[in-house]
Amino acid sequence: MTAVDTKPSAGNAFARSIGHVLKARETGIAIALIAVIVVATVSNPNFLFSSDGFRDLLLTPSLLMVVAVGQAIVIITRNVDLSVGSVLGLTAYLTGRLFIDIPGIPPILVFVAGVGLGALLGLINGALVAFAKVPALVITLGTLYIYRGINVAWTGSDRINASDLPASFRDLGTGELLGIPLLTIFAVIVLVVAAWYLRNLRSGRELYAIGSDPAAAHLYGLRVTRRVIAAFVVSGALAGVAGVLYAARYGTVSSSAGLGLELQAIGAAVIGGVAISGGVGTVWGAAIGAYLLLTINRALPIVGIQDFWQRAVVGVLIIGAIVLDRVLAVRQHRRLIEQREEKP
Amino acid sequence: MTSAIDTEHGRRTYSAHAHPLWRRLLVTRESAIIGLLFLVVLVATIAVPNFDSPLTLTFLIREIAPILLIALPMTLIIITEEIDLSVASIVGLSSVITGLGVQAGWPLPFAAVVAILVGTVAGAINGALVTFVGLPSLAVTIGTLALFRGIAVGLLGTTAISDFPEFWTDLTRMNIPGTPMPLIIVPFLVLAIIFGVLLHFTPFGRSLYAIGLNKEAAAFSGINVGLTKFWLFVMSGAVSGYAGVYFTLLYNNARGDNATGLELQIIAAVLLGGVSIFGGRGALPGVIAGVLLIGTLSSALRLAGVTSDIINVITGVLLVASVVSASFLAWLRTKRVSAIGRKKGRAEASDG
Repeated sequence: MTAVDTKPSAGNAFARSIGHVLKARETGIAIALIAVIVVATVSNPNFLFSSDGFRDLLLTPSLLMVVAVGQAIVIITRNVDLSVGSVLGLTAYLTGRLFIDIPGIPPILVFVAGVGLGALLGLINGALVAFAKVPALVITLGTLYIYRGINVAWTGSDRINASDLPASFRDLGTGELLGIPLLTIFAVIVLVVAAWYLRNLRSGRELYAIGSDPAAAHLYGLRVTRRVIAAFVVSGALAGVAGVLYAARYGTVSSSAGLGLELQAIGAAVIGGVAISGGVGTVWGAAIGAYLLLTINRALPIVGIQDFWQRAVVGVLIIGAIVLDRVLAVRQHRRLIEQREEKP
Repeated sequence: MTSAIDTEHGRRTYSAHAHPLWRRLLVTRESAIIGLLFLVVLVATIAVPNFDSPLTLTFLIREIAPILLIALPMTLIIITEEIDLSVASIVGLSSVITGLGVQAGWPLPFAAVVAILVGTVAGAINGALVTFVGLPSLAVTIGTLALFRGIAVGLLGTTAISDFPEFWTDLTRMNIPGTPMPLIIVPFLVLAIIFGVLLHFTPFGRSLYAIGLNKEAAAFSGINVGLTKFWLFVMSGAVSGYAGVYFTLLYNNARGDNATGLELQIIAAVLLGGVSIFGGRGALPGVIAGVLLIGTLSSALRLAGVTSDIINVITGVLLVASVVSASFLAWLRTKRVSAIGRKKGRAEASDG
């Protein structure tokens, strides 16, 4: 009897989870991404089927993906981190500086230093936002200037060149494992850990509660201050990670590394279904958003559109994504009202 | 009704004022910023050689004119608790339209009018998405920031147009005869008076504060919140379009990436000038002082040999310090009020 009972319900659960995946916002973005790849590949098979093409497809968005994951976590708490581009610039230069100033320093130590600096800068953002009760937009706009200014003052007209970096470190940027770039593997690990954390741990779920209604979360007794600071520390640390990886990938670091990255990261999150008003979205969405953004960039010239138009396409995508979110939200609202009226 | 929302002291108007008028006027954020501006001017005049030359003033005003112009509608928008991140992209788009128009043989005034109209339409798109579709303005204008900039860059690519009629470029760089004041100050003053009267002396302006303080209450008291915001974004687009024409003629250069990043400078100046990002609070004199403060400080520091990256750090510190100190002072005040309350309570308890 029980077996009969569980069997259909197990089937239902499977069907439900399939339905869940099909209805998810992330699926829509993923389909758009696949469509872009297919169209570009049909126009020029080299887009996907040359070894360089496949590699670029995976590699180019990896750095943005790491930053966008951090940005998504911050946006879920109804905040925003405008300083990520400046943090990336600072850590990228720090990376080069450490290799130049301390010959023979192990890359792992440099990595730790980069992540540490990023986390520290994120901590400053988070502490200012949480304790001064000032919107993150204002604070991180200020620290965007401050961090970038420090970076430019420190760097000057100096730049890090690939020859300054040890080969073992540069291998991280160019290396592959089973044909998949190391950077991409790294970015995916970051993504999986972040997604698992947000989905399964209590503190991760609390970030959504805080973003949905900060006042209610506070009244309920959640540690809002601590969680918001932690979100900024994660965002800073991930921007720091991206800074180190930036140095490994490109070899050259000037004072303009990461300029304007904040808007790309926010754009990736918004396209991926992370609501700017907090409480909604996943890091999966933000990661796919990052891939979509940069893949379109590479696909446009191949389908015969000048890449000057890339930013316009990105703008249309962002607006399309938020309009779609709004339509879905309105529809769900209506459905909930109908359900309430049916069930007296 | 009206007096309850027209100033930052609105909530206090019905009770007797705790402090005399001179003290209330002196201890506002606006007066603090204006005071700071005078202090910077004074110190720079004494300490920085060449700062007090008329040419410094001319270059300063010329350079910050686009920020001064766009800060006016931005103030109104932020008072209603919205934001417009797309203004600098509209400047770029307007610049490209001006350039393409002149290249196509249009007379400059006609090209300028078309460019301003394009800016107005761009603002209307922002306004429609915020108002009629009901989207958050931060998300909308991040999208249109990319879209308008993308159209501008897409239309011109990496090329630039720089053969503008000399009459107009000279006019843009001309001073009011006999003074070191650039001619651009005249349209700015006209716009500043229009926006100042609109914000501080009309029911429309008071409704902006009401919307910023409480959207629902504003709607219930008969304010058309949506339409009001729509017109603000239209104004912002039109002024940004005008600033784009000015920018193009001043530098004799129409490029798609003109004024990149200007939006952050404008927002920083507006917030420094005492406008609350939570909406419902702020005044135009403070904002103008905020823009002038950033401009003067960077011009003085540059003359003193400080590099522009340190100036950026100072701008950032100023912005963060101003908002953090405001909330720190508010925290102090609540502590003091509750301390007074406790003392009163103790006194009453001992009386009884």
